[in-house]
Amino acid sequence: MNQTTPKIGIVNYGAGNIFSLKAALDRLALPYGMINQAQDFDNFTHIIIPGVGHAGAAMQKLSDTGLLPAIKALTKPVLGICVGMQLITNYSEEGNSAMTGIIPLKTLRFNTQLSKKVPHIGWNNVEINPNNKLFAQIANETYFYFVHSYFIEFNTNFTIANCNYGNIFSAAIQKNNFYGVQFHPEKSGQAGEKLLLNFAHI
Amino acid sequence: MLSKRIIPCLDVKDGRTVKGINFVDLRDAGDPVELAWQYSQQGADELVFLDITATVEKRKTTIEMCKAVARQINIPFTIGGGISTVHDAEALLNAGADKISINSAAVRNPQLINDLAAAFGVQFVVLAVDTKHLPEGDFVHLNGGRIATQLQTQHWITQAEQRGAGEILLTSMDKDGTKSGFDNVLLTQINQLISIPIIASGGAGKAQDFVDVFEKSNVDAALAASVFHYGEILIPDLKAMLKLKGIEVRM
Repeated sequence: MNQTTPKIGIVNYGAGNIFSLKAALDRLALPYGMINQAQDFDNFTHIIIPGVGHAGAAMQKLSDTGLLPAIKALTKPVLGICVGMQLITNYSEEGNSAMTGIIPLKTLRFNTQLSKKVPHIGWNNVEINPNNKLFAQIANETYFYFVHSYFIEFNTNFTIANCNYGNIFSAAIQKNNFYGVQFHPEKSGQAGEKLLLNFAHI
Repeated sequence: MLSKRIIPCLDVKDGRTVKGINFVDLRDAGDPVELAWQYSQQGADELVFLDITATVEKRKTTIEMCKAVARQINIPFTIGGGISTVHDAEALLNAGADKISINSAAVRNPQLINDLAAAFGVQFVVLAVDTKHLPEGDFVHLNGGRIATQLQTQHWITQAEQRGAGEILLTSMDKDGTKSGFDNVLLTQINQLISIPIIASGGAGKAQDFVDVFEKSNVDAALAASVFHYGEILIPDLKAMLKLKGIEVRM
């Protein structure tokens, strides 16, 4: 448990709009800054990897920054959001792309036979592992806002919250200090804000 | 389960919220940021801002309003009106919009749908379609229903899905402003035709209309403006009623 004031570093690799994430951190009065080079990681207590759009393209951009070795070596809490979460898995079907391999899971496309409508857009309830700090004081079956066409497979070792959309998938994952959420906490109302606060105090 | 979404629509002009009766007679109903905040507190699932004058007067929706909303609101929102290029859309996304909706620009240049989907992903691209029933069938209309096109509504929506639209906002111009309920027949038909989410729009007058649209057409979301703006339907009451009817909603 980190008792000092949290300071969140956002990995800046050009993967889409982070205005809303910064706005949410502002509303929560959580200080943050951008990470552009490896030594910037030292300035922050917690790290967020944002991400929207194409996972393969995002992985390419992240690789191009040269930050990958530093990210993999991090021991402070890291949170990947949406495509940022997919980046910390092994592989994505989107563009048949290798990911960072931090958590040994696969990112797959929703099957329209099972899920009917793809993208999965909207508020879906998640079954939460009650002992996980990321979801402290967040009720089981709380709704979060999702918008994605690819999902991370369910896995009993790493899934800390699951969601059902035709098939059960990982709404949130964790391995050691690395966390990922498929939904957008910055757009998920009070529950999402609580999750960001929880992360900042891990 | 994925919940059905309730979406207040804020028509904006010059940074103020307005609502037209059949898009013609405009009345002022307040500050969009304040209204958006109120709706998010009441339990709205999402918001849509439409710059209703943008197409007619070639105005761009204001980036500043978009930023002001994104700073204060913790639920997703879509901005539409006057977006005709990838550059227009990008400016709004960078200002915090979660999705953008395009309408007449896509009719004039269908490739815009492909270009936006390629640039930002299909989940950012909402195709708004204003449809009117004519003796020969359902046809797409432009400029708030003033201009008829040769595009058959079902055909256009199917084509848009193939091009990369991530969601359809379907407004029945026959129903809009009438408060006589959504066009459940057309919505049911379109919903069976495509595999992307549909937002029903046009005709909401009472809470039962929302029950009907979800039960009959199984659309993903329902949008309304004046019934929310003037307090005729309160979102917490509406959601309680939907839940009572066994419709999945976020409470």
